[in-house]
Amino acid sequence: MTQLAALAADSSATALTSQFLTFLLGAEQYGVEILKVQEIRGYSAVTPIPNTPPFIKGVINLRGTVVPVVDLRAKFAMEATEYNKFTVIIVVTLGHKVTGLVVDAVSDVLDVPAAEMRAAPDLGTRADTRFISGMATIGDRMTVLLDIDRLLAEDETAALESLN
Amino acid sequence: MPRTALVVDDSVTIRQMVSYTLKQAGFAVVEAVDGQDGLERLEGVRLNGAHVDLIVTDLNMPRLDGIGFIRQLRGRPASKFTPVLMLTTESQESKRQEGRAAGATAWIVKPFHPDRLLQVVGKVLP
Amino acid sequence: MELDLTRFRETFFQEVTEHLETMESALLSFRDGKADGETLNAIFRCAHSIKAGAATFGFEATTRFTHVLESLLDRMRGNQIAPSGQLVELLLRSVDVLRALVDAAARDEEAPPVWEGVLEELDRARVAGEPKQPKPAPEEEAAPPQNPAPAPPTAAAYTIGFEPAPELFRLGLDPFLVLRDLAGLGSLTPEADLSRLPALASLDPATCYLGWRLNLETTAPMEQIRDAFAFVEDVATVSISPVKAGAAAPAVEASPKPGVRATTRETIRVATEKVDGLIDLVGELVIAHSMAAAVMNNFTADRLPQLQAAMGDLERHTRELQERAMRIRMTPVGTIFSRFPRLVHDISQTLGKQISLEIGGEETELDKGMVERMVDPLTHLVRNAVDHGIETPEERRQAGKTEQGTLRLTAYHQGGNVIVEVTDDGRGLATARIRSKAIERGLISADENLTEEQIHALIFRPGFSTADTVSDVSGRGIGMDVVKKSVEALNGTVTLQTAAGRGSTIRIKLPLTLAILDGLLLKVGEQTYVMPLISIVESIRPRQEQIRGVAGRGDVIVVRKEPLQLLRLGRIFHIPQNGEPACGLAVIVEHEGRQLALLVDELLGQQQVVVKSLETNFRKVDGITGATILGDGSAALILDIAGIVAMSHAA
Repeated sequence: MTQLAALAADSSATALTSQFLTFLLGAEQYGVEILKVQEIRGYSAVTPIPNTPPFIKGVINLRGTVVPVVDLRAKFAMEATEYNKFTVIIVVTLGHKVTGLVVDAVSDVLDVPAAEMRAAPDLGTRADTRFISGMATIGDRMTVLLDIDRLLAEDETAALESLN
Repeated sequence: MPRTALVVDDSVTIRQMVSYTLKQAGFAVVEAVDGQDGLERLEGVRLNGAHVDLIVTDLNMPRLDGIGFIRQLRGRPASKFTPVLMLTTESQESKRQEGRAAGATAWIVKPFHPDRLLQVVGKVLP
Repeated sequence: MELDLTRFRETFFQEVTEHLETMESALLSFRDGKADGETLNAIFRCAHSIKAGAATFGFEATTRFTHVLESLLDRMRGNQIAPSGQLVELLLRSVDVLRALVDAAARDEEAPPVWEGVLEELDRARVAGEPKQPKPAPEEEAAPPQNPAPAPPTAAAYTIGFEPAPELFRLGLDPFLVLRDLAGLGSLTPEADLSRLPALASLDPATCYLGWRLNLETTAPMEQIRDAFAFVEDVATVSISPVKAGAAAPAVEASPKPGVRATTRETIRVATEKVDGLIDLVGELVIAHSMAAAVMNNFTADRLPQLQAAMGDLERHTRELQERAMRIRMTPVGTIFSRFPRLVHDISQTLGKQISLEIGGEETELDKGMVERMVDPLTHLVRNAVDHGIETPEERRQAGKTEQGTLRLTAYHQGGNVIVEVTDDGRGLATARIRSKAIERGLISADENLTEEQIHALIFRPGFSTADTVSDVSGRGIGMDVVKKSVEALNGTVTLQTAAGRGSTIRIKLPLTLAILDGLLLKVGEQTYVMPLISIVESIRPRQEQIRGVAGRGDVIVVRKEPLQLLRLGRIFHIPQNGEPACGLAVIVEHEGRQLALLVDELLGQQQVVVKSLETNFRKVDGITGATILGDGSAALILDIAGIVAMSHAA
């Protein structure tokens, strides 16, 4: 289990609560399931891959393994922004594949009790609703919880389609 | 001090199985691929100041086969009285008698279950 | 004790493969008249070994089959049956059947039905030899005549007499162990018989002088009591007299458990010297590192030369370690070559051709993964040569050649590559015929001017075949284009040299290993890429006058009077490039028999790189064949020439 997940597990969690790593894209807060997160890295130079859609930034070297990096801002059709010291890459594992997500900053690990989770209506946020597994309002902050499997699986088909 | 067994068989599979079984039973195992190799290994153990408590050998091997190997064993002081198990097949009745005549202590018929090996070992070792 | 035998299955299967190969080449040596007395012994031992293992794992069909095979071979090596040509053929077929049986057993599948027919043939051949009835083997626990009336197991008393022969000790037997076993069955009262004990002076410690009379009270059945004497019976006088009738319970024979299906794990057999050498090197590397660290610890500018020397040492040791580690995976190419004598023998017999197969360089080593992936392509090439390449004896005679054709398989190291050649002295391919067939198939246009090499390379295009009939022998399976794809998937190249009437040579060039690539680092715009050295012919700095635009066909660069297609990598990859060809460099590569030039901005030097898969975490990308980590820790993509050419056509 990753360090983060272990920390999250320590905090009192009931069986009906899921834990999410939350991060920022612009002013909006999003979350991904903590169990899928392998690690968080500072942003470093990414090697672009030719003829891939703009949200595929390229690949990085993760301790000797070559890992693709997805630009979530581009994926959600946000404008590009300047990267700074808060910019991080969240490394997620899905099945056997490891992928990195570039985000503006990481916020926190949140417990989201099932009772607080809302289904995603048509939101008017930039994220396509296909990728949203739910929403939660913690404190006064609305957090969009992402279905990361669908998000990255979508990449494949979208990428292939955009090339044809 | 664990007991030491010498396992002699040109078949890797049988050799590994026998070694594994004996190791599970607490033996230290020395392996050899044929009779000649077996004699050399035995000499090596002796030169190290140790001794072999048990010898398990196949009968059909190149260079020096089981019968010849057993005969040689009985001719050497270090292995004159060491229990020697022959690995034999049912169709080799005459071979087994030959092995006995050469000095084999006991025999196990192939195919054998590892438990059987340990059972026979238990009979010939204290 | 439950012991898991599954871990040994893999070893067994590997062993069987080796044994079958030994049997096969031994049998073939009969055909070549090179067999001797030891040959039959060797074949027998292999069959014997396979049988023993098969029986242990409960592979019934295999055990039955090898049992009869072994008996037949035993008779043969005992000179009771002669190795006639027919018999050798039958034995060769048996090797095939055995292979199929073991394969089926490995996959927990039913054996193919043909095995029973061959088994019968073997049995008939066996019986045709001297019908010597094997004596029924005595059981390990010899059951004495039982008392006919079974009684419930209650405690019974026995009087036992046990008098070992004097030579008991010399068989490694210890009578006390027998007493111990008896004592474990119940209540034992021994009484030693010292009547044969001589005076101390004449006592020989290697001789057994003792005997015993024992009383045993036990609930154990007679079988178990007798069992205590299992290995001393033939060298002792034993009498067991029940005072009361005992129960007769049959001893439970431990039967071998059938192997539980285990997931197969890929394994490599490695010579221990290789592993030892590797371990030594690691030791040296550790030393080199600590020396470098020592210099670093109190570093002052004047110690720079020492630091450089230490770094040099580290680099050397690391490189050597890398080479040695790679070589762990190397296996001799002979492991695949060994199957061909049999293949050639069979096919040439079927087709009525006479073909001599010469093999050279079998000890040449190749990465294990590559060796395995070369099996199919090589098999196809050999089949092809036998089927289409070499003519029938009649045709050869008419052509003024020897009736026997020669097929040569060679492997050798050259530079950083392994070369595998399949050469035949058969009919060869007429360049003109290839050309016309290619035009016919629409692969080239009639007015295209191609060199002989380029025309020969056409046979590797899909949809190309100069055979008039697709024969049963080589018609199935894969075609030349698949051979080429397989070789290219290994970062290798394949070429054809042929002369009509004289024969052909297929030459496969492979890198030493998949995981490491000799590459040329180059820059296009801001990005660094790696181009496999194996495809590169040369690189030049083009002059403006060498570059021409051809209407509708893009740019060409004229090199030594030859116009070569010039591709701008930037355009194909849609990345910024410096643009002016005269400011850049043209790397000339070879692909499918023709050369073309790739325009890049800068060359950064040659380097050996470790290939990392892009597909592991991402997917296949056109024009890219993987990635690598550069010295600065960044990832660089490795170019795929074939892919780039394909992309340039589509663009």
